[in-house]
Amino acid sequence: MKIELERDALAEAVAWTARALPARPAVPVLAGMLLAAGADLTLSSFDYDVSAQARIPVSTQEEGTVLVSGRLLAEITRSLPPRPVSIVTDGSRAVLTCGSATFTLLTMPVEDYPSLPQMPELVGTVGSDAFASAVTQSATAAGRDDTLPALTGVRVEIDGDSLTLVSTDRYRLAVRELRWNPTRPDLNVAMLVPARALAESARALTSGAEVCIALALPGDGGAPGEGMIGFEGAGRRTTTRLLGGEFPRYQNLLPSQITGSAELVCEPFGAAVKRVALVAERNTAVRLAFSPGQVVLEAGTGDEAQAVEALEAAYEGDDFQIAFNPQFLLDGLTAIDSDTVRISFTGPGKAVLMTGKPAGGAEPDYRYLLMPIRLGA
Amino acid sequence: MDAFYASVEIRDRPALAGRPVIVGASGSRGVVLSASYEARALGIRSAMPITRARRICPQADFIAPRHEVYGRVSAEVMAVFRAVTPQVEPLSLDEAFLDVSGSVRRLGRPARIAAVIRATIAEQQGITCSVGVAPSKFVAKLASAHCKPDGLLVVPADRVLDFLHPLPVGALWGVGERTGEELARLGLRTVGDIAQTPVATLQRELGQAAGSHLAALAWGRDERPVVAAVPEKSVGAEETFAADVDDPEVIRRELLRLAGRTARSLRASGCVARTVVVKLRLANFRTITRSRTLREPTEVTSVIYETACALYTGSGLDRRARLRLVGVRVTGLTPVATAGVQLSLGEPAPSWQQAERAVDRIAGRFGPDAVRRAALVEPHE
Repeated sequence: MKIELERDALAEAVAWTARALPARPAVPVLAGMLLAAGADLTLSSFDYDVSAQARIPVSTQEEGTVLVSGRLLAEITRSLPPRPVSIVTDGSRAVLTCGSATFTLLTMPVEDYPSLPQMPELVGTVGSDAFASAVTQSATAAGRDDTLPALTGVRVEIDGDSLTLVSTDRYRLAVRELRWNPTRPDLNVAMLVPARALAESARALTSGAEVCIALALPGDGGAPGEGMIGFEGAGRRTTTRLLGGEFPRYQNLLPSQITGSAELVCEPFGAAVKRVALVAERNTAVRLAFSPGQVVLEAGTGDEAQAVEALEAAYEGDDFQIAFNPQFLLDGLTAIDSDTVRISFTGPGKAVLMTGKPAGGAEPDYRYLLMPIRLGA
Repeated sequence: MDAFYASVEIRDRPALAGRPVIVGASGSRGVVLSASYEARALGIRSAMPITRARRICPQADFIAPRHEVYGRVSAEVMAVFRAVTPQVEPLSLDEAFLDVSGSVRRLGRPARIAAVIRATIAEQQGITCSVGVAPSKFVAKLASAHCKPDGLLVVPADRVLDFLHPLPVGALWGVGERTGEELARLGLRTVGDIAQTPVATLQRELGQAAGSHLAALAWGRDERPVVAAVPEKSVGAEETFAADVDDPEVIRRELLRLAGRTARSLRASGCVARTVVVKLRLANFRTITRSRTLREPTEVTSVIYETACALYTGSGLDRRARLRLVGVRVTGLTPVATAGVQLSLGEPAPSWQQAERAVDRIAGRFGPDAVRRAALVEPHE
């Protein structure tokens, strides 16, 4: 193999492909990144669950395929000077040259590298920026506890041209709805996608205008185990194995009855929560006391440091107190794509619903449901 | 206290005075918790299996422990200590370090304070105790062991080395069987021998930390302060089976029972806990512990139980390994008033937490088994 290419394009493609490199590879070759030079350069990585593949333009003098340490290649390409890069194989070594720097890398046997899963059947497309922000918003409530694998996923529901993304860790629930363009208008399926892989895929595919979504459900021909979802855009594609397990029936959790609500400006509210939470050790509660026209934030107890701050709030109603894990509260505030947050109460000891202030009476497309902390006995 | 449990029993049943008395649960797995000095003279030691004690000393009086009585006596004894100084560091139910340096002006010299404490306890509780007085915790503990039973030994600063150096190396804190053998190999038999050995040699033979630690102790140096009122760091419960158990069903049921007991003491202490620890002792006495930190602190049986089960499964011992003992413990306690309890979506209202608190109140009135989980009802009941 003998190729020459742009430094930035290479560095970007390597960094993107390196996302799927396993931290602790099950077999040594999985720590490798496969570079295949033909008309384009294809970079691949795979950890049996997630695969990533990037395709970039290259000037190929001699076709070929080489497997080198992905982690090392990513570090090297990130640090290269802004000069054209050449990669030449020489026996069992690959020599990477850029300006006055030369790196000689060991290679691994290409024939031992597993073949990447085929991209499943295309089911539709969605705007890449809209998809990325929707995924970020919905994945914020996903669990990180591997003992409850179903909760580490984002439930993706497809119903015609509407796409619903849901996650919950039992303490909060995030739901985002958006429109997309299905290839078949009658498609109606739901699946569970690992939240971290989904968020990374969505974020990494924003360089193109559209993201193609491909899907193989369990039982479909060739789909492994629980099925697979694939995303493709701007010369990059990634596949992720779907999660099994039962996702909670979240529809029942969304409140139908609201007992009151308050509206606050997000930015100062978030800043105040962060400040007050400085004295809330290990994310113990931040207490919110609503009274007409204002909210008082408090944290800490008599034995420790305490903090208190009062803010203006659009609130009409009886005095109402509630306490939250400050990080959960901030996650919701960050995810709401609006200047103003509306907090709707459903009763003492019950969840609150956080939404952006709906423009012109429209239904909000993002809902963040948060359970409070009960204080005292 | 001298032979604490045994002394309390003898106090309550004077007919036992002067006889060998052994306190310990009578089951086949019971061990000697306490033995009167008459029994010790016949070879009975703490932690010895009861069955063995019966063989050695069949004429002894074997008494089942009455922990609630010992707890009460202990609390009263500790109150006597706290009247002397607030700097009381309890070591166990019947043992404590007191830093009396702040009480000298009020109560007199340490030796006098010690005599007053001994007299007060003998008078109030009808049991004897031994007191060691010394400039450091570790010498004081050695001195009290040295003057048992019913003794008082004062080791002033300028007599520490005279007291210490003739003692066997095993007297030093941190020297067990293994280190003892190691030291014997070097020809070091007394504390004085260690003191005369260069620190570098000790460190080379025993390791950096252990070497310097022993050298310091051998010269009577122990900088640990008396730490008053160490806050409750963990609560838990464990159970030794009457016969080894390999049925995962039975073990899970035991974990449920222990999780329930743990959660109850947790609630009684007004705390929530973040970390669940499971202890599993195999039939061959190999013991493993596994722990998991929860995302949200809890005081609820089912959360502790489910975590304990996951740890048990994760240990790989659920595949018919024969277990002798299982234990459940929670650590990382925070007062519930500060931490609160993070509620879960879809949790039934009233919550488990409220339900269990109600059960606690019922147990307080009608006994611990008035309400319990169906899984824990014995089949014949």
